[in-house]
Amino acid sequence: MSGKKLVEMTWDPVTRVIGSLGIHTRIDFDNREVAECRATSSIFRGYSVFMKGKDPRDAHFITSRICGICGDNHATCGVYAQNMAFGVKPPALAEWIINCAEAAEYMFDHNLFQDNLVGVDFCERMVRETNPSLLTKAESTSAPHADVHGYRTIAGIMRALNPFEGALYNEALRMSRVAREMFCLMEGRHAHPSTLYPGGVGTVPSVQLFSEYFVRLSRYVDFVKRMVPLHDDLFDFFLEALPGYERVGQRRVLLGCWGAFQDPDACDFRYQTMSQWGREMFVTPGIVIDGELITTDLVEINLGIRILLGSSFYDDWEGQETFVRTDPLGNPIDRRHPWNQTTLPRPQKRDLQGRYTWVMSPRWLDRRSGAHLALDSGGGPLARLWVTALAGKVDFPGVKATGRGVKIRLPRTARLAEMELEWKIPRWSNTLERDRARSYFQAYAAAAALHFIDRGRKLVHGGDTQTWSDFKVPDEAIGCGFHEAVRGLLSHHMVIRNGRIANYHPYPPTPWNASPRDSFGTPGPYEDAIQGSPLFEENGPESFKGIDIMRTVRSFDPCLPCGVHMMLGGGKVLELRHSPAFGAQVGGPP
Amino acid sequence: MIDAVHVVWITAGLGCDGDTIAMTAASLPSIEELVAGALPGVPRVILHNPVLAYENGDAFMQSMRDAAAGRLDPFILVVEGSVPNEKNKAEGYWAALGIDAATGQPIPTCEWIDRLAPRAHAVIAAGTCATYGGVHAMLGNPTGCMGVPDYLGWSFRSTAGVPIVCVPGCPVQPDNFTETLSYLLQQLAGSAPMIPLDEALRPRWLFTQTVHEGCDRGGYYEQADFAGEYATLKCIVKLGCWGPVVQCNVGKRGWMAGIGGCPNVGGVCIGCTMPGFPDKFMSFMDEPPGARMSTAAVLTYGRTVRALRQFTVDSMNREPDWRRPPGDAR
Repeated sequence: MSGKKLVEMTWDPVTRVIGSLGIHTRIDFDNREVAECRATSSIFRGYSVFMKGKDPRDAHFITSRICGICGDNHATCGVYAQNMAFGVKPPALAEWIINCAEAAEYMFDHNLFQDNLVGVDFCERMVRETNPSLLTKAESTSAPHADVHGYRTIAGIMRALNPFEGALYNEALRMSRVAREMFCLMEGRHAHPSTLYPGGVGTVPSVQLFSEYFVRLSRYVDFVKRMVPLHDDLFDFFLEALPGYERVGQRRVLLGCWGAFQDPDACDFRYQTMSQWGREMFVTPGIVIDGELITTDLVEINLGIRILLGSSFYDDWEGQETFVRTDPLGNPIDRRHPWNQTTLPRPQKRDLQGRYTWVMSPRWLDRRSGAHLALDSGGGPLARLWVTALAGKVDFPGVKATGRGVKIRLPRTARLAEMELEWKIPRWSNTLERDRARSYFQAYAAAAALHFIDRGRKLVHGGDTQTWSDFKVPDEAIGCGFHEAVRGLLSHHMVIRNGRIANYHPYPPTPWNASPRDSFGTPGPYEDAIQGSPLFEENGPESFKGIDIMRTVRSFDPCLPCGVHMMLGGGKVLELRHSPAFGAQVGGPP
Repeated sequence: MIDAVHVVWITAGLGCDGDTIAMTAASLPSIEELVAGALPGVPRVILHNPVLAYENGDAFMQSMRDAAAGRLDPFILVVEGSVPNEKNKAEGYWAALGIDAATGQPIPTCEWIDRLAPRAHAVIAAGTCATYGGVHAMLGNPTGCMGVPDYLGWSFRSTAGVPIVCVPGCPVQPDNFTETLSYLLQQLAGSAPMIPLDEALRPRWLFTQTVHEGCDRGGYYEQADFAGEYATLKCIVKLGCWGPVVQCNVGKRGWMAGIGGCPNVGGVCIGCTMPGFPDKFMSFMDEPPGARMSTAAVLTYGRTVRALRQFTVDSMNREPDWRRPPGDAR
């Protein structure tokens, strides 16, 4: 029991994320800690509502428009769901082309987000305004990998990240274009692809296509070899210079990854064999709880998904139709599963003690404990690397999962010799490890792309240029797609009746990460990671920027087309009172 | 002489931020060139866009409040995402940005457009959601959303007398956007005349030609050589391509750095630059009704010229007789 003076702070909108996000907190400045946090989103569009009755073949064209930075992840996931529902297996070359495109998406998106959006939180100007003494230390701290990346001191890296002025900021912008050009070679346009279809792709495979991709990829490989050691230097500096920084944004290890990059030798898109082909993906699907890998089975993952409404602006769908009672293997499907969800929007005033956001609360039911787990994606890369590492299944030229980590080998390029990088399972699921994993996954995606292009090129050289398989849309069918959006776990669930879409529910990473308190009162991962997080910013309440909170929110790579709210400076002092624990009720609604 | 122009960018419509992301993909000119004032005679851009802003939360909102109060002068307003109908429900909001200090409630995006548009030197609707409603205005949508011209009125004029400038595309083609923005910057600086727009308020130089008129598969159409499946080099009009009737330059310009596009690289044109998008173009993978007639009409002519041309190609692939070595009977 301690006396606490809590100050209400809101950031709305949180900038440098995709979409509208607000973060509402109560801060204990005396103890330099966040006492309470709520995440809000202020946009509703209604995909699940307006997709009803539409042609199932249009699903991927429509769902791509969910997101303007990783729309192609949605289109791809939609195509996976369509392939299952239509019973079509695309030719192998189509899968290699899609994998090349998705690898380019990871390379582009992580790159832009890491150095142009997240990077600004670590730039010289920001550190000067939030932790001036840290900047002084950074000036005199040599960067351990200066010989690789070219920045002599940590402060040099920070200056290079200054927006629109720093060399690294501008280089990252330019490289993000190179990676997007690679994407456009494979799927026509970014972020909403033109040549992606159920059954394969319309991309014309040629020596020129692969050559133009390959040359750009080689340039990117050269770039990422510098970026991984650079970010290691930057993040390690924070951990060393600010003892206890590992507690910033830390939460229980509750990570979900739905797998990425199909292996056409294994994947036939049938639900009945999904457990097998899911495990052959080039990023392994799975769930890690407290450091233990509890499943890599996509069917088990699918069966455990529950959508809770809790503090969101929706009416419950009790009494609405149950579309799917059992899956194709005979397993019962819950009423709260996406296949059976009906979206009933109910716009209303925002009440932070009641309903406060347009984001629902997806949870995963752990049958062992009966708990509805608020899984997070670790911003994407952390969960992908963690699950892949523990599963120990992935082993292809360039990438090997070891059970303790992931080894990534990148070949000789213009400036740098062959390099082996090793991502090791960290001790914590926290802000800096989410950010660090992002750099390593850029290298992973580049190594994977080198493999995919090699496989695709071999087919073309051998005269096998088929990239599309024909199909018929059944009158009645169900399908599901599992994929990794750039920022994490992504699923699409479709029900077809009378040849039209009867139900369609996409679950992107952000509802998992940005979800509000659910029907059981369990906070969503942003809220959970921020609550109880220590604060290292040197500013007091009057000039508080909330930089540690912002670093935490952004470490999840928010993509809401949603919001975290805090108000800057001159925060309102709520009241003085004894408060037994974090998250306890203090006063009335803010 | 205008040296710098503020660009106040609302992404809080019903959109996907894809037009902001597209802006970061542009290279002719790039956003960093516009911000740096790298182009002679083009006023420097002071960018207020939430995705790239250094400022955060309330500090970011200050630029919006300043613009609404006439303290940012001059500024161009960019709207991204469609504008919801906030009057079709009892309470709450479909789209909002920032918090009303008096009520503690979110401020609807519509209210920001109401406050900012009357003071803007130009209003740009970026992407098809903002221009004509787009995907989120699809039949059966709950939000009643619409494009900026439907919201502000098609006859709206900015303080500088400029109509709403629509740069459609889902998302907007990157260079189409930054090129239009730099045109308007030059117009505000007095070095370019009134931006030429068509009836749908699109810049004429970008959107007069149809996709088909610039498509490098048009030759296959002329020769009545239509693909029956995806992933060939042939014309894909029978597979759902609307290129012959869609005004868009992407086939010619590519998506970025001249790379990619739609029908030119094997993707059916789904009409995303048109006011009728998406409903009038669905189902996207069906042959457009009008194409059935036109492809039939071109059949006799196309097959004949294809055969004749093949005959000539074969002939031209042979060297002249007198150049052959003695005894070559090819």
